[in-house]
Amino acid sequence: MNLFKISLAYIYRRKLNTLLNMVLLGLGTGIVIVLLLFGEQFEENLHRNVQNIDVVVGAKGSPLQLILSSVFHVDVPTGNIPLLEARELAKNRAVAQAIPLALGDNYRGYRIVGTTSEYARHYRAELIDGTFWDAPYQVVIGAQVVNETGLALGDKVISSHGLTAETASDQHESQPFRVVGVLQPTGSIIDRLLLTSVETVWLVHEPHEEGEGDEQDHHMESHADEDSARDVLGLSLDSEADAEREVTSLLIRYRSPIAAVSFPRYVNKETKFQAASPAFETTRLFALLGVGLEVVRVFGGVLVFAAALSIFVALYNAMKDRRYDLAMMRALGASRGKLFVQVLVEGVLLTLMGTGLGFALGHASTEVIGAWVREAQHINLTGWIILPDEFWLIGLALVLGSVSALIPALQVYRTDVAQTLVEVS
Amino acid sequence: MFELKHVGHVYGGRPVLDLPEHIEANPGEKWLLHGPSGSGKTTLLHIIAGLLKPSRGHVHIAEQDIYALTETTRDRFRGQRIGIVFQQFYLLPVFTVLENLLMAHYMAGVQQDSARVEQVLATLGLAGREHAYPSELSFGQQQRVAIARAVINRPQLLLADEPTSGLDDTRSEQVLDLLTSSAREVQATLVVASHDHRITDSFDHCIALDEQVEMSA
Repeated sequence: MNLFKISLAYIYRRKLNTLLNMVLLGLGTGIVIVLLLFGEQFEENLHRNVQNIDVVVGAKGSPLQLILSSVFHVDVPTGNIPLLEARELAKNRAVAQAIPLALGDNYRGYRIVGTTSEYARHYRAELIDGTFWDAPYQVVIGAQVVNETGLALGDKVISSHGLTAETASDQHESQPFRVVGVLQPTGSIIDRLLLTSVETVWLVHEPHEEGEGDEQDHHMESHADEDSARDVLGLSLDSEADAEREVTSLLIRYRSPIAAVSFPRYVNKETKFQAASPAFETTRLFALLGVGLEVVRVFGGVLVFAAALSIFVALYNAMKDRRYDLAMMRALGASRGKLFVQVLVEGVLLTLMGTGLGFALGHASTEVIGAWVREAQHINLTGWIILPDEFWLIGLALVLGSVSALIPALQVYRTDVAQTLVEVS
Repeated sequence: MFELKHVGHVYGGRPVLDLPEHIEANPGEKWLLHGPSGSGKTTLLHIIAGLLKPSRGHVHIAEQDIYALTETTRDRFRGQRIGIVFQQFYLLPVFTVLENLLMAHYMAGVQQDSARVEQVLATLGLAGREHAYPSELSFGQQQRVAIARAVINRPQLLLADEPTSGLDDTRSEQVLDLLTSSAREVQATLVVASHDHRITDSFDHCIALDEQVEMSA
């Protein structure tokens, strides 16, 4: 016999009640744990995608839309900006690096992004197979695209106009791409993209007659080969055509942090473009989502509180039912202190069982949701990590459990043995 | 073995017990607290057991003034020196017979000894019932488990409250024999509180309680 054995015997005696307490506490802590895991990993994912991008410059419109379209590749772009002016902006003294993006096509829902190899370098995405493009109509594909479409080196890719598979209108069948490189998985957005040169995007969208295509291809190719004739963005120079050309946006890294104040103001006031900060916009996005998360968190808190109350009521009633047992234990030599501790142990055991269940539920359901989200979204979510905050949560639940056991324990402590035994005699 | 020095108790402003005299019992003696219900038998039994501090007087057990002890020490003292068989037995329903007896060891703070449990159970004719729950036992078996639990720690004082109530003549004789032999086995002084006239002859000493006052030896 010991305190644990005694507590467990009584807990086991009230199976249904114990189950209720465990489920309440399990659901409460489970929900909070799911939120912790989600929040942490979602934020981490976002940050991985925005790291080292100080500002995004694109056509005027919603800054959030610009960030979503150019950084996370989930929304439609705000429009395009003229190449010549983009080029001027990239020469600004505050700019250390500007990576151009040209959007417009997709392959089975995966966006084809016209850019430079700097973009892949930015996300530290190394080629695991093949090379980067050196001619139009060559694509380098992200790891997830490989997994889900089965594309391989040398395969033909027929792109569709538009940014999603649903809205895609006509297919560019006459101008198939060819896969020349495959990127390693990075856990960032680039895994879900097909990269090609900006020049290719221009070619695809330039109005041209059937049959004229070949000629233009050669025209572009000759330029692409000339390393000397490249502009500040890493794009080929073409004095006649450049005036007509556009890019969707520029991902910019500052030369010094001081530019964070002056550069966006300059862009927004003095140019036809807008500058949006990914860090600021994702924080804003989080603030919007935050209300919903807050509601769920409060709900989890309410469940935990209800569980504590339920444990309190359960113990309180149990001690009433058990008053003769407790009086007998005193008669057998147990001190008030020993019985006090015994009730506390019972409360803590109940809480442990409940939080244990919540811990398992929280991690398992996060993993299940994670497995599903991994398929549909570009978020790597797993239930198999433990966050430091969880220890706080479990500690908190234990404190709450002990507190709910405190009143019944005090009740037991105060009980007069002789009085109790006389009640029935 | 025990000594009652002018013990009296007042409950709710009403005297419920008044023993003006000095009563002393020697080891191995059999004492009867006799009187009708409401005469304070149970109150006196609880006072001797160290469960109820009397309003007046002193209780000495094995030369120790038990109400001079701190409550925790008195609890421990009771667990080790005094065995009590309550009228309702108060066996712990969620534990087996074996666990109920080990509980007496654990609560008294003595080494838990299954061999001792087996031995006591065998003496009381309960061998083989170790793993039964109290609800699975007959009334008589439950009473014997209660007696076993009271003597398992080899107490110097064995107290029993109304052990024969509701039993026929044969049964009450058997129970008294069991209590007597159990007490003799551990050399304990036996104190029985009862209103049962059938059993007065079995005792050499009697504290007669009558509504309040009264006593003889």
